[in-house]
Amino acid sequence: MSFVLTCPNCGPREVTDFGFGGEIGARPSREPSFRELNAYNYFRANVAGRQREWWYHRSGCRAWFIAERDTRTNEVHFTRLPDDEDPAGEAMVPAGSGLAGARRERAAGTRGWDLR
Amino acid sequence: MTQPGERLDRGRVITFTFDGKPVEAYAGDTIGSALFAAGRRTFSRSFKYHRPRGLMCVSGSCPNCICSVNGASGARACTEPAREGIDVRHVNALPSLEHDAMRATDLVGGPFTPPGFYYKTFIRPRRMWPLYEKVLRHAAGLGKLPATQPEREWRTEYRRRHADVLVVGGGLAGLHAALAAAGAGADTVLVDEGPAPGGQQLVTGGSRELVGAVRAAGVEILERGSALGYFDGLVPVWQSDTLHQVRAAQHVFATGTIEQPLVFAGNDLPGVMLASGARRLAALYAVSPGRRAVLATTSDRGLQAAVALRDAGTEIVAVADLRPETSALGRSLRAAGVPVFAGRTIVEASGGSVVGRATIAALGGGAELSFHCDLVLVSGGALPATSLALQAGAQTVYDRASGQFELSELPAGVHAAGELARARCDEAIAASGELAGLRAVAALGRDDRGRDDGRHDDGGRNDGRHEAARDVVRARIDELEARSPEAPGELALAPAVSGAGRGKCFACLCEDVTAKDVSQSIDEGYDSIELSKRYTTVTMGPCQGRMCQLPAVRLMAAETGLSLGSVGTTTARPPWVSVPMGILGGRPTQPARRSAIHDRHRELGAVVRWAGDWRRPYHYGDPQAEALAVHEAAGLIDVSTLGKLIVRGPDAGDFLDRMYPNRFSNLRPGRIRYGVISSDAGRIVDDGTICRLDDETFYVTTTSGGAGAVEEWFSWWLAGWGHRVRLTDVTQGMAAVNLAGPRARVIMSEVCDLDCSAPAFAYLDGRQGRVAGVPCLILRIGFVGEVGYEIHVPAAHGVHVWDALMAAGERHGLRPFGLEPQRILRLQKLHILVGQDTDSESTPFAAAMPWIVKLDKEQDFIGKWALRHYAQRTPATSLVGFTTADGDVPTEGAVIVDETGTPAGQVTSSRHSPVLRRTIGMAWVPTALAQDGVAITISDEGRRLQAEIQTRPFFDPDGEVLRS
Repeated sequence: MSFVLTCPNCGPREVTDFGFGGEIGARPSREPSFRELNAYNYFRANVAGRQREWWYHRSGCRAWFIAERDTRTNEVHFTRLPDDEDPAGEAMVPAGSGLAGARRERAAGTRGWDLR
Repeated sequence: MTQPGERLDRGRVITFTFDGKPVEAYAGDTIGSALFAAGRRTFSRSFKYHRPRGLMCVSGSCPNCICSVNGASGARACTEPAREGIDVRHVNALPSLEHDAMRATDLVGGPFTPPGFYYKTFIRPRRMWPLYEKVLRHAAGLGKLPATQPEREWRTEYRRRHADVLVVGGGLAGLHAALAAAGAGADTVLVDEGPAPGGQQLVTGGSRELVGAVRAAGVEILERGSALGYFDGLVPVWQSDTLHQVRAAQHVFATGTIEQPLVFAGNDLPGVMLASGARRLAALYAVSPGRRAVLATTSDRGLQAAVALRDAGTEIVAVADLRPETSALGRSLRAAGVPVFAGRTIVEASGGSVVGRATIAALGGGAELSFHCDLVLVSGGALPATSLALQAGAQTVYDRASGQFELSELPAGVHAAGELARARCDEAIAASGELAGLRAVAALGRDDRGRDDGRHDDGGRNDGRHEAARDVVRARIDELEARSPEAPGELALAPAVSGAGRGKCFACLCEDVTAKDVSQSIDEGYDSIELSKRYTTVTMGPCQGRMCQLPAVRLMAAETGLSLGSVGTTTARPPWVSVPMGILGGRPTQPARRSAIHDRHRELGAVVRWAGDWRRPYHYGDPQAEALAVHEAAGLIDVSTLGKLIVRGPDAGDFLDRMYPNRFSNLRPGRIRYGVISSDAGRIVDDGTICRLDDETFYVTTTSGGAGAVEEWFSWWLAGWGHRVRLTDVTQGMAAVNLAGPRARVIMSEVCDLDCSAPAFAYLDGRQGRVAGVPCLILRIGFVGEVGYEIHVPAAHGVHVWDALMAAGERHGLRPFGLEPQRILRLQKLHILVGQDTDSESTPFAAAMPWIVKLDKEQDFIGKWALRHYAQRTPATSLVGFTTADGDVPTEGAVIVDETGTPAGQVTSSRHSPVLRRTIGMAWVPTALAQDGVAITISDEGRRLQAEIQTRPFFDPDGEVLRS
């Protein structure tokens, strides 16, 4: 496996610079059933195709960011910081954002998350 | 007078040794050319039969001159530069190259060593295999690894290089491609693995001006570099001690063709050389390859070499040109008095340790002609070097006209040039190179894969000037494409084998596979090229098919009656050349981490060992005495390896409440609390202590290995939540030492400006004060069970504070202690070591820490749902302490067995405690057994140990000492 990812802070770098944080899924926003909890903890969609995922610039700025990558070709369609506008215009909920009551108002001018 | 292509500096003589004897060489010589000039003809002994082998390809392709250089095996003498003082040794011959005892396998064992011989012969009796193996291992292989490796003095580097265009191959085509690409403004890298760029032009010195122009155009030339493979657009280039990881948007492969040998009786004798190899030896290194030569060729390529060698003084005794009619070049040789026999090929080379006679005949038999000679030149066709292109996704088809597997479909971003693009004459090769370079430029930004999106849209590249340049490029592409295709040169297809029955005809020199072996493998049912490859190991040796791919395909086709195209080729896998493992390993990206006080530990005689990425003092000579000293007087340990994070911001308390199962928002400034991080699956991730410095600031410590992971974990959740919190990792910025023991308070009072009395500085207090004049954060915690002060100090002052504490503690009996005594001390307190006593399945409940989980906490927190679930269930196994009956220390990892002997748990930590004078440990046991006084049995590598469970700490179970 070898491809280039563009860190939103640092620019294009080899993939070996980064840590992979897995596909993006939402944390349940209220207490899940046992089955839902296990699905959240252990089940992944494993799509063959375009996928939103977390990446961590471990050998660089140590920021988490979001990438859309095609799992079949490793083609990266875009990368962005969690606070940035989504190029596809999608409201996309990162895993942690469902934590009940954890959200804080963001500074004016940045796009908030639509949580429910 | 020197040759135009000569690479020698005859003014500089260098000396190296071969098998211990000095050899003189000129600067510019290779090991092989110098040895050949000194009269050596045998360079190695073959893999299986230990037959003598000499220089053949003179291009680093064949296995014949593999030697070891300064103890590192695998060098090719014919391409490895001769350097002053190097120690070169032969491989695979005992006692010497000239007299190899194992030659017996060839002389008597030949008929008895068919493919699969070892498997067929040494399988019975089974109990004898260890003996057989010992003998066979000794007999096989190329070179030996030294039993001990000296500390490596050289280091390998790797470098990342992003470029617009990468051109692989610095022959005429590659040079023109690079020139065209760079000339059109592309950032271009050229890789060439020859002694210098130039490819086949090197022998005439004809490419020097072109190389100069390429360099002047700004092309980065990686000389003597090998492109190892194509990995999703990344091409690693090995050059000396560096691995360049080249990622280019466009690739031009101008890798040329490899001249192929012919398969005939005695085709491996020293003195049988590829025509181009002999020519290189003469032209580049001024070494005469022989006095009297016989040439066997299938095309003009061999004739050209013969003409050049004749100029160099080698008498061409006879030419066997397999074509029914020889070419114009052959006719001119004939006119010059050289006997040229059309429609003939070589059937046998014979001689003792070098060739002395060559026999030629027509393929169908008939009259034979025999010639005395000391050199046999062979040219059996060309194999396009398609490996990289195939790895990039190209296809090949068999072309009847050229007798070659030619590239057919190229993926986007990949261009072929020169011989790889079927160009044959110099003019066509140069034009195809230019075309490929221009096509690469034209495709830039159009079909780039995996590139930065914006790169070609800025920097003025897309202004009018650039557009105009593109038009010029497009016009020139049209012009070159409009040229009429070149007529393929006349050639004859080499036979699969000639002279069979006269002796061994080698299809594969690397692994000593004969034509007969391949036929036999087909008879045994291995009738596809991939199966035959695996069975006979043909193409699997050091040449990786460069010398044997085509011969193997021809043999397979001849035996099975299939066409060459139907037989096909084997998969072309990287790496392209034999590459040292150290190059692939590269330079470690994770440097060794040392505490700021490391040098002082060395001076104190510390035994230093690895602990994760850290180099840590394991002990200072006597771990048991060090552990005792902590209980009897005082000890000082360097705990700088602890992960240290500052969590700061208005939401810091709330954030930590969500990261840990217990509460931190209600922690008063100046107080400390222990915390265990759990995942959302309820499993233990890490642990540490947290001190609140003020309303908005927490000082979080993690395990020694966990600093990076905890920072990642924290920041990942923060990325989604938007808490007003900043994380700062101060692990490297702060040194930390722990002073512990009954005398710790007295020592502390002498160096610290704070009131260290018990009520003023109580257990779990965190204070900022000065130690030996340095501002420090002092945490009153003690994981070793005694009154303890963990002093966090700016790293620059670490040694100063350490020294001040050691000086103050001297009269109180203070001793430094290392990791090993610390393990004993914390085990006495049953403090878990995350990762040692817990694994990815451990929950806080099973790890006997239910008190850490505050399920009544009103906020949600990571792991809450899973922990709520586990709180209602009895875990299958639980973590407990144990002592053994007779003092034996079980191995960590030993198995707890039930009454039937079935494994039911395992020991995670075990030590002898000098304080308690018994063996203590921690283990996972079935929860039903996790009660004080229960007897358990430990099975430890054949021993059975009796142990008794204890669930409370062995030392100071109520923490009275700690709190005093």
